[in-house]
Amino acid sequence: MTTHDTRPGSTGGADTPGPLHGGPDDDYTPEQLAAMPREDLDRLGARYDGVQILHVDPGPEPGSPMERRAVRQVGLTFTLAGLSALAFVVVYVGAGWFFPDWQWSVSGSDFSALFTPLLGATMGLALTLVGVGLVLFSKKLLPHETAVQDKHDGSHFDRVTTGATLVGGLHNSGLARRKLITRSLGFMGGGLGLMLLMPLGGLIKNPNTGDPLGRTSWTEGMRLVRNDGSPIRPGDQEPGSLETVFPAVPGGNRQSDAATMLIRLRPAQLEQMAPREGQADFGYGDYVAYSKICTHAGCPVSLYEQETSRILCPCHQSQFDVTQGAKPVFGPATRSLPQLPITVDDEGYFVARGDYPEAVGPTYWNRERI
Amino acid sequence: MAATATAPGAPTTRLGKTATEIDDRLIVAGPLRRTLNKVFPDHWSFLLGEIALYSFLIALLSGTYLTFFFDASMREVVYEGSYAPLRGVEMSAAYDSALNLSFDVRGGLFMRQVHHWAALLFVASIVVHLLRVFFTGAFRRPRETNWIIGVVMLVLALLMGVTGYTLPDDLLSGTGLRIISAIILSVPVIGTWAHWAVFGGDFVGELIIGRFYIAHVLIIPAILLALIAVHLLLLVKQKHAQFPGPGRTEHNVVGNRLFPTFAAKATGLLFIVFGVIAALGGLVQINPVWLWGPYNPAQVSAASQPDWYILFLDGSTRIFPAWDINLPGDYTIPALFWPTVVVAGAMFTVLALYPMIERKLSGDTASHHLLQRPRDVPVRTSLGMMALTFYGVLMLSGGNDVFADKFDVSLNAMTWFGRLGVVVLPPLVYFLTYRICLGLQKHDREVLEHGIETGVIRRLPHGEFIEVHQPLGPVDEHGHGTLAYGGAPVPKKMNQIGGARRAIRGFFKPIEEPAQVELEQGREGRGLAAADEARELTSSGRPSEGGRPQEPRD
Repeated sequence: MTTHDTRPGSTGGADTPGPLHGGPDDDYTPEQLAAMPREDLDRLGARYDGVQILHVDPGPEPGSPMERRAVRQVGLTFTLAGLSALAFVVVYVGAGWFFPDWQWSVSGSDFSALFTPLLGATMGLALTLVGVGLVLFSKKLLPHETAVQDKHDGSHFDRVTTGATLVGGLHNSGLARRKLITRSLGFMGGGLGLMLLMPLGGLIKNPNTGDPLGRTSWTEGMRLVRNDGSPIRPGDQEPGSLETVFPAVPGGNRQSDAATMLIRLRPAQLEQMAPREGQADFGYGDYVAYSKICTHAGCPVSLYEQETSRILCPCHQSQFDVTQGAKPVFGPATRSLPQLPITVDDEGYFVARGDYPEAVGPTYWNRERI
Repeated sequence: MAATATAPGAPTTRLGKTATEIDDRLIVAGPLRRTLNKVFPDHWSFLLGEIALYSFLIALLSGTYLTFFFDASMREVVYEGSYAPLRGVEMSAAYDSALNLSFDVRGGLFMRQVHHWAALLFVASIVVHLLRVFFTGAFRRPRETNWIIGVVMLVLALLMGVTGYTLPDDLLSGTGLRIISAIILSVPVIGTWAHWAVFGGDFVGELIIGRFYIAHVLIIPAILLALIAVHLLLLVKQKHAQFPGPGRTEHNVVGNRLFPTFAAKATGLLFIVFGVIAALGGLVQINPVWLWGPYNPAQVSAASQPDWYILFLDGSTRIFPAWDINLPGDYTIPALFWPTVVVAGAMFTVLALYPMIERKLSGDTASHHLLQRPRDVPVRTSLGMMALTFYGVLMLSGGNDVFADKFDVSLNAMTWFGRLGVVVLPPLVYFLTYRICLGLQKHDREVLEHGIETGVIRRLPHGEFIEVHQPLGPVDEHGHGTLAYGGAPVPKKMNQIGGARRAIRGFFKPIEEPAQVELEQGREGRGLAAADEARELTSSGRPSEGGRPQEPRD
């Protein structure tokens, strides 16, 4: 209350405190409030918040067996929670100190397998017991009261006065009349919005440059190699078997579109063979090579059931018939797996005769059809 | 301050003085009292949203811990950590750090699993909370905004999940990423451009893990946090809806005040949710990334399923027929577009707009604060069950290869079950639900009119046997109850209206005097039967002149 300060900017001692907050402070003097018991004060405040306490079921009588029992229960729960928390600390700190090491090893100690479960069990128990203790406390020891609070709809007075302020401000701004300002504001907003969006243009790239979706790294004369880089000769595989092969380029076995299945057909399959139009010579002897990338969603089609000549994609169960040019025969895939034209080079190893004749992998908007 | 120190009612204790000091500066006593006095209705189903909030909190905390160790980079490294089977294998730095987190950080695996379980529980509790809000009509005016915010948060939670489980860059998540890439490619016209914008080029590129990471740890959580704040503010502003019951109206809330009862219970629930997730995180293994190995586009494992909340989209993709739409000029709308982008888009759009749709159809534009029992709104309940069935069939189809394997049925048969089931079952369920709702409604009315079946069989003087019914309130001259249905549960067992004494408390030995309880119960006058001692319990339900009061049957 040091209001006798006369520095510039102060009111030279003429400052008096404004009224108290009004409302309830006018209705109840401090003396009146001081004379009221705590419970009444609680209810009085509640009444000002539109809350009425209808009914209070007092908790158990102090000193009754019921209360002692509930207190024991709650106390026990909290104690156990504390013990579990300490157990967590002991397990966490003790691993590799007075317990065996927690880290995984090939020989594998039992403790390393128990470490994470022990952490979970102790922490879970500790936290759950805290919760259970709180629930027990509120159920068994706190008084149960039933309170009603009024729900107010919007106030007409507030609406009208707020509306008047808003409309008044708008009116004073004169924006309704001063068209030049509103129009230039609109123009400015549009321009600024566009400007702020522009940096996102850095994300935009042309997907058609160089046709990356339609091409793979297979080229004419490129060897078919296994995951370890070794080339393959006809006769390396049993009839009816499948091997995943990659183009012989560095990192070829990590490319997302180059993986190819080299399949050696059984004689029976060879008889049923009905290749796609114009692709009858894509195979070599009893060997055919299809793209491993599913034409549906791009998963590697991996499960080859040679008895039915079907290749199954484990992601969405599209099935392709190897003897019919890997045509989809069931499931959501719509296109055949592209076939890689293959032959054998001078040294007798399998090579590609060129890239796939069409795009491998999932269908997209402007994918060329053949 | 000397003047106020002697004023009446001025605090004398240290705590009281501190409180006064604080309030002098912040003036919070008023708002604090209003908050403490706020009344919350008490029903277990109102806690489902809280569970979502708490699991989000845990996901936030555990996720922050994980960021200390995770390296969101696709740089190729050679694994040299302590998990022997993968030592020397080339992998991305992301997968390498996920392995280190699991094997070389003390308690890291525990935190990773806690994070994953918290995420699963987060989405699950959102969905269950949404179902509660839907089936009780809590989305009606004035709460449509909060419904829409809720649906947006559900979608964000799914995106949160997808971007999160992609991060370890293991074989399973990489397969998921491959499918995400194909889905983006499948969008007509802009698909390839969108893919190049998201991935920075062809699949898989070197950017996507970093981009998903920033979306997962910053962009989506920030939006979610803001929406949670608005969701809760609106809840506080509009006050919680409540089920109809004694003294409950459209203009009040009956329940507990925030302090101390509701706060104690809510904090208790918070700790229990924390505890359950911690226990799951330690005891139940989830997503053992070291078993999947690093991502390789040429490899895949059977039974590759996403987390449960994306399973429905996997299912829709599996059962959708192979229908590419070929347009002139070598343009194609891929089949993959429909079961993923369109189905998901349509489902969430309809969900978000449902309050408006129902308002339009029912013409009910009034403000509602009393909830409805699902049986009382058969159309909505049946629509909800129909949607759930649709969702359920899709979800089941998402695991159709596992079903086919475990139950030894044909995989193709499972696919066809999904294709037919998704069309046939929802209408069937609609019809069944509708009938069940009507049946339950009729039974409520029946009990109100004729009373509760007591199980007491009485033989009348002329030899007829009747079952005695206990009316719930006053009866008219025909013996029919005059109570109207009020939207609240109708008691249907004698015990629910005080037909039986309550059990004596105590587990090993009684902790109260049986005679005392007897006396107390007599005084209390529980239920209607005890309130009206004069009315004979077994005579009611029959008009005094005898004969059947019920509607003519024969």
